[in-house]
This record gives sequence, C-alpha cells and structure tokens, in this order.
Amino acid sequence: MKRYTAYSDFRRDLETGKVTCVQAVEHYLNQIESQQDLNAFLEVWADEARAKAAEQDALIQSGKAGRLAGMVIALKDNICYAGHNVSASSKILQGFESLYSATVTERLLAEGAIFIGRTNCDEFAMGASNENSAFGLVRNAIDKERVPGGSSGGSAVAVQGDMCLAALGSDTGGSIRQPAAFTGTVGYKPTYGTISRYGLLAYASSFDQIGPITRSVEDAALLTEVMAGMDEFDATMFQEPAPELKLETGKKYKIAYLKEAIERDGIHPELSAGMKNLIAELERQGHTLTPVEFPYLDYLVPCYYVLTTAEASSNLSRYQGLMYGYRSPDAVDLESTFKKSRSQGFGPEVQRRIMLGTFVLSEGYYDAYYTKGQKVRQFITDKTQDILANHDFILLPTTPDIAFKIGEKASNPVAMYLADIFTVQANITGMPAVSVPGAGTIEGMPWGVQVMADRKKDSELLSFAHELLEQNQNA
Amino acid sequence: MQVTNETIDRLAHLARLEFEKGEKDKIREDLQKILGFVDKLNELDTEGVEPMIFVAEGHNVLREDVVKVDITHEQALKNAPKKDSDYFRVPKVIKK
Repeated sequence: MKRYTAYSDFRRDLETGKVTCVQAVEHYLNQIESQQDLNAFLEVWADEARAKAAEQDALIQSGKAGRLAGMVIALKDNICYAGHNVSASSKILQGFESLYSATVTERLLAEGAIFIGRTNCDEFAMGASNENSAFGLVRNAIDKERVPGGSSGGSAVAVQGDMCLAALGSDTGGSIRQPAAFTGTVGYKPTYGTISRYGLLAYASSFDQIGPITRSVEDAALLTEVMAGMDEFDATMFQEPAPELKLETGKKYKIAYLKEAIERDGIHPELSAGMKNLIAELERQGHTLTPVEFPYLDYLVPCYYVLTTAEASSNLSRYQGLMYGYRSPDAVDLESTFKKSRSQGFGPEVQRRIMLGTFVLSEGYYDAYYTKGQKVRQFITDKTQDILANHDFILLPTTPDIAFKIGEKASNPVAMYLADIFTVQANITGMPAVSVPGAGTIEGMPWGVQVMADRKKDSELLSFAHELLEQNQNA
Repeated sequence: MQVTNETIDRLAHLARLEFEKGEKDKIREDLQKILGFVDKLNELDTEGVEPMIFVAEGHNVLREDVVKVDITHEQALKNAPKKDSDYFRVPKVIKK
C-alpha cells in the first residue's frame, strides 16, 4: 500500500475499491513489525484491528461508513480505551486495564476509526525526549541515534514511520508539537477547552490538551472536529458545540514574529536562517510580517514548571498502591504502602516533579512560588493577547534545535526543560498552536515551524498552517 | 533558598516518597538547580496582576444529580493489587 498523507486520499481509494481497510491494517502491522527497534509501540492490538477493518470494509460497501471509516490511529499510552491496558509508560500502572474509554476514544470509534495500538511516551507525559519511559526509550526513524522528542515520542514516530495514518498525543508544554518538529510530522494543540480531557491520565490539568499528530493539516482538522465539543465529563471545556474547522485558502494575514525567538543564543544557525527565509517568502506572497518585542521568553519555562509540577503533585497523589496499580512487596503498613509503592513505581523525573510541586504548594512557599506563578501566567497571557490584538498569528520555531542525540540532555533537567522554550507559551495562555515541517532539512533532520493564534482561532490557524505546509514541501 | 536534607525529608514525607542515601543527594542537587531556575520569576513585576486560575470557562458547570451505576463491584476490584471476593486488601493499618 502506498504511503498516504491524508485520509481523504485513502477514503477516495476505499470508495473506488483500490484499497481496503483490511489491506491498510495489514500494511501498518507490517510497518510496525519491521520497525520494532524504534520502540514506538508498547502494545499492538493486531487481531482487534483486523476485525474492525473487516467491519469497516462492510460499512463502506453498504454506504453507511462514518467520517473516519478505516482510519488507522495509534493512541498515546495515557489515553483510556475500555478493556485495554493503559500505563502512561509508568511501572506504577503496569498491567492496569482501563474500565472506561476516554471521550475522544469513543468519538473516534463512533466514526469508524481503528485503533492499532498504544504508543510509548515519557512517563506521565513528563519529558521532551521520550527517554523517561519505564519501558525503554524511543528512537527517531530518520536517525536512530537521535531522540524523537517527547513526551508523545512514540505517537510521532508511529506517524513518521508509516505505522498508522495518524496518532493521538497530549500536549502540556509542547508534547505534541516538539516531537512533531523532530520527526517531520504535523502536531497540533487545540485551544484549551476544545477537546474533553476525560479519560486522559492527568499531568497538569489546566495545561493538558489532547491533539493529533498527522502527516497533513487536513487530517489534524478532521480528527479535531470529530473529537471536539462539550462533554458532560469535563467541566473545564467551553460549553459550546465543536467548532467547524474549515481550511480556507488564499487569505492574506498579519503575522507577528519574535526576533528573540529567531536570533537568540542556542538557536541552530540553519534553523534561524530557515525562519528568515520563510519570513521573506511570506512577505513576497503578500502577508504582512512584523517583528514584535516580547522580552519575556526566559520567564515562560520557569512559570510552566512552577504551575505544572504543583498540579502534577496533586494529580499523581492518586497513585498510592491501594486500589489499583503497583504495590511494593516491601509494604508493611499504610504509610510504607504509599511511600514504597510510589518510590519504586515512579521514575526519577516524575519524582523530581512531584517534589518540586510539593515544595511550591507547601506552607510558607505557596504565595512566593505558586501564586507568583499564577500571576506570571496572567501577565504572559495579557502580553501575548496584546500582540494578537493586532495580528492574526505569532510565527516562531517549534524548537531551538533539531532532534538531539540520545543521552545528550538526560543528566541535566534544566537543559531538557529548555527544549520546550517556544512551545510552553501556548499552554500557559491556553492558545492553539501547530507545528508543521519547515522547508528542507538541517543536518539531514526535519525541523518545525510553529504558528500560534488567539484562543478559539483554530480554524484560521489551521487554514494558514495548511498553506504553509504545502509551501514548505514545495520549497 | 537553600535546599537541605531536612527540606528533602519534609517534602518527601508530604509527597509520600522516600529517597535512599545516594538518591537524596541527587534530588537535593536537582531541586536546588531547578529552584534557582524558577526563582527568575521574581524579576518580573506582577504588582496589580490577578492570579490566573481558569483557562477556558471560569464558572461552574452543573448537572442534575442522577443515581446510576458506572462500574460494578467486580470491575472496581479488577485492578486491585490485592483483594478478596468483596474488598480491597491492604496491610494492617491499626497498630496493636
């Protein structure tokens, strides 16, 4: 089977009998099998996917197929699917079987999607390299000595390696967009509140958002339309029906770019040059590009860490070895059940973040750290909205560098945290952002261009990203 | 802010974690480094800025309180690390 980049192509071939869902599933299963060394999948649901494919082929025949009939999708291992294991790549949930399906899982299934397996990720979505998984690191398919990014690294590699047509990820500080940039795929984080978080294993609830990793913007829009819209199980969502994400072409936009994000120290010079070329090209096409001041980049990651670790320390308190998950064999009483199960069940990065979060919420430090972080969050949001009051988008690189080497940042948490410097702004502000592959490669690796818009401007954002991707591919 | 072994012990207890001797040095150094990093926030003047609490809707979304069975007793026990036919089994809680 050929490598499809958009579901609409595959669907056309399905309708005309050129391909079947069964063939597609076999193709993806073979691709998974032949690329096992990348460690993208933690579990493959082969038999079930085959059975579902036969069902979908019958529905295509009878003309009753849903919007996503036969679309083969991988689920990040922190999204629940009833009757299937889910572990957030953590030993503490090894063998745990979900009793519920996430709202997104249900909605995709109802339209005919086929889930082929669950993908490796950083433990509890905490990481930028997929080296923090309890079940081994994930390798980048283009250069196996390099990381795929994280935390949705397995999902990104599954799409990169044609092991599925699309994958779901979750994005708390860049966990969809950064691996998309490192693997040459499209990663989209919708406006916070667009997609239900019910059934997503929580990391930092006011930052987490589920989104797609795909090979086209068209598919990102399609999947999001199906997943989005209010849900009685998530009260933090916008209480309104799902937005229509129509991709309009030919519009001229007002685009702001941050000079500091293109010329600062630590940015790969070729990446910086790629951004400058892109800006010149967009101007030639009639868009208006304006450099804007945003002297707050260095505050973004600290703000993110104070608030997300606080939320994580609270969210992860539920893993205690009593009613589900790992219980230490060394537990002798209640307190040692908690302490030993958690210390043995969580990996080092998760424990580090729980400790930091516990600190910022602890007596005597709450106002100085947590409340301060919330104020900075509002401040950053106001300053970002000031820019977007006069511009349609903010354009910036997705990451300061291309995919780094395995082990390169593993021993220095702060260096690893800075891999998120350009992506956290969208999570701090709740705004939508998308990463599409930039033109050409750098040292043979893909790189990402990121576009961010004001809340609820997802349709405009994806319209522009769609054109941007086509242009980059033809450059 | 100086992170000491006492700080680590206090936080570890609050977080229901424990660190062996060598691990304690590592987590102390890491926390010290990360706190130095996040202390940068203090440079920013946020006088008069309200803390941001809600990202999407800033109000309660209520629904009718309807009695229904979401999961059965058996399902609830399904993932228990230790159980009998009716209950979760846990190590002894009350000391003699």
